[in-house]
Amino acid sequence: MTGPRTLYAKIWDDHVVATQPDGTALIWIDRHLIHEVTSPQAFEGLRLAGRRVHRPDLTLAVPDHNVPTTRRPAPIADPDSALQVLTLERNCAEFGIEHIAIDAPEQGIVHIVGPEQGFTLPGTTLVCGDSHTATHGALGALAFGIGTSEVEHVFATQTLLLRRSAAMEVRVTGALGFSIGAKDVALAVIGALGTGGGTGHVIEYTGDVIAALSIEGRMTVCNMAIEAGARAGLVAPDARTFDYLRGRPRAPAGAEWDAAVAYWSTLPSDPGATYDRTVTIDGGAIAPQVTWGTSPEDVVAITGRVPSPDSFADKDKRAAAVKSLDYMDLTPGTALADVVVENVFIGSCTNGRIEDLRAAAAVARGRRVAAGIRQALVVPGSGLVRAQAEAEGLDRVFVEAGFDWREPGCSMCLGMNPDKVPAGERCASTSNRNFVGRQGPGARTHLLSPAMAAAAAVTGRLTDVRELMG
Amino acid sequence: MTPFTTVTGVAVPFGQANVDTDVIIPARFLKTIQRAGLGRGAFATIREDPANIFDTPRNIGAPILIAGDNFGCGSSREHAPWALADMGFRVVIAPSFADIFAGNAYKNGMLLVVLPQAQVDRLLVAAADAEVTVDLDHQVVTTEYQDRFEFAVDPFRKDALLKGQDEIGLTLTMAPAVAAFEARLAAERPWVSGAARRA
Ligand code: SF4
Repeated sequence: MTGPRTLYAKIWDDHVVATQPDGTALIWIDRHLIHEVTSPQAFEGLRLAGRRVHRPDLTLAVPDHNVPTTRRPAPIADPDSALQVLTLERNCAEFGIEHIAIDAPEQGIVHIVGPEQGFTLPGTTLVCGDSHTATHGALGALAFGIGTSEVEHVFATQTLLLRRSAAMEVRVTGALGFSIGAKDVALAVIGALGTGGGTGHVIEYTGDVIAALSIEGRMTVCNMAIEAGARAGLVAPDARTFDYLRGRPRAPAGAEWDAAVAYWSTLPSDPGATYDRTVTIDGGAIAPQVTWGTSPEDVVAITGRVPSPDSFADKDKRAAAVKSLDYMDLTPGTALADVVVENVFIGSCTNGRIEDLRAAAAVARGRRVAAGIRQALVVPGSGLVRAQAEAEGLDRVFVEAGFDWREPGCSMCLGMNPDKVPAGERCASTSNRNFVGRQGPGARTHLLSPAMAAAAAVTGRLTDVRELMG
Repeated sequence: MTPFTTVTGVAVPFGQANVDTDVIIPARFLKTIQRAGLGRGAFATIREDPANIFDTPRNIGAPILIAGDNFGCGSSREHAPWALADMGFRVVIAPSFADIFAGNAYKNGMLLVVLPQAQVDRLLVAAADAEVTVDLDHQVVTTEYQDRFEFAVDPFRKDALLKGQDEIGLTLTMAPAVAAFEARLAAERPWVSGAARRA
């Protein structure tokens, strides 16, 4: 008999098709999500080799990365974007894949659509040609990003050749303070681990803070596991997970639902299961987080100051900090709360869910976007999130405050569509990456939570949301 | 895929640490539906400087890139190895590589050589005026200055690179094992199947 196992080990063991002598395993893939940017070359490969999609019933497509967020339907103005979106539609028709079209009510960011549709399920292996696939780990799915060659491999075989990762536990203890949310947890974890800290590992998030988070909040935390270098992020399925999934369109129903819940209930890590590494973070000590540099690990509390490069022991880190500060046009010692921003972006697969919009609207309600703000975009993660927000009147709160209420998509998270941050300007952004040029060439990104982004919008500078909400 | 044996030639002494995939190929170049032609956009931000390391006459079309620690961190975009391959690189040498980038590079027939920082530092100096040879079969990097650095490589990946083997073709030979797994899945976890069409 095997000893106590982790959640990761259980999912892995249940998906091994074959093991090679060198330890590489052929792993079955239960769920494959595709979008317009990383799939065309994979379909091209299938076509060239005369292969077909082995299990179309396990594959779901939705365009998201470069769809416009202004009024739709309309032809996409950018010819390259239009061609990618059209190519996805044609490829899905040719290979028999279910496709959520650009003008469907359910369209949205692939990592928001998967859980929302009940396509993402606990105990499944789920892949997508996008690095933030770890998002789905919030439901207890082993989910990770893959490259286009692997997309092609999954198309043709519904499997992947993988090596088992090490298991890391990130335990967030205690309870979060007032106005502190999942995004602050996600950033604090990366600050503690560093961008390479999770390399070679699958992270399982545990502890009272994680247990108390909503499924949406858990998605925010898992979404950023990749920014700590981890292969995937996981949270054990619990009653909250089952409540979230019950009745969703692509989730099991009836007797299958009962059988599924019985199986899912066996998945949490056994008492006494060992992790290769455990990191404990005091959740009660987490303040609102904001990044100052060009890597997600360049993060401090909003009450903090821009660090001096000399404060880093490592020489590469020092050099990187010098470059970051130059790019960000920041001087060491500046209080983060004194940094003026011109753009605000609320959205993305990190923070484009209903709960995120509620948190931002709570700050925006009855206030006005500051005069110096040139763009304040609110981009729901999916058409269903948008509809829900409108049913709750959140769109009116945003519009009355002077925000721009948009159609769903990835938008300013990576600026593949027309939503970009102009060169040299700053953006308070709820997305997950502050890399050089990520939101547009020369754009300066400060990552933070939806509540903090709304606070920045109404004051025109990075702001401790607790001061507004206290 | 072209079989990989030994590569000898100019090695670009780049050496920068933590180069992410947005630096290797910025998002604005991803709106393509083909693999070829991405070399034009590779390292675009760095190459805005006319004196950049990639566009010196000696380095154009070089087969080897010497990079810094944690090369290829960031996104899973496979456009990064496509762009590097389109520039002419068949080998990247660095102290470490990001996981996903490493997997993508191998799948595109690119060899990643991991060497300790001190050896990479030495190569960065030597490569300025000497050719570098990477011999996959014997797992060794040598220079015209008699440097000789051995490296480790996953035997499975080595074999695939040497044979120029397509991974999908290899997996399809395991179809019976896959079929047996699918039968078990249908019996034990029937709710997994048919999901995409359930709505
Ligand atoms: S929202 Fe951003 S991070 Fe998420 S899938 Fe889209 S581009 Fe990627």
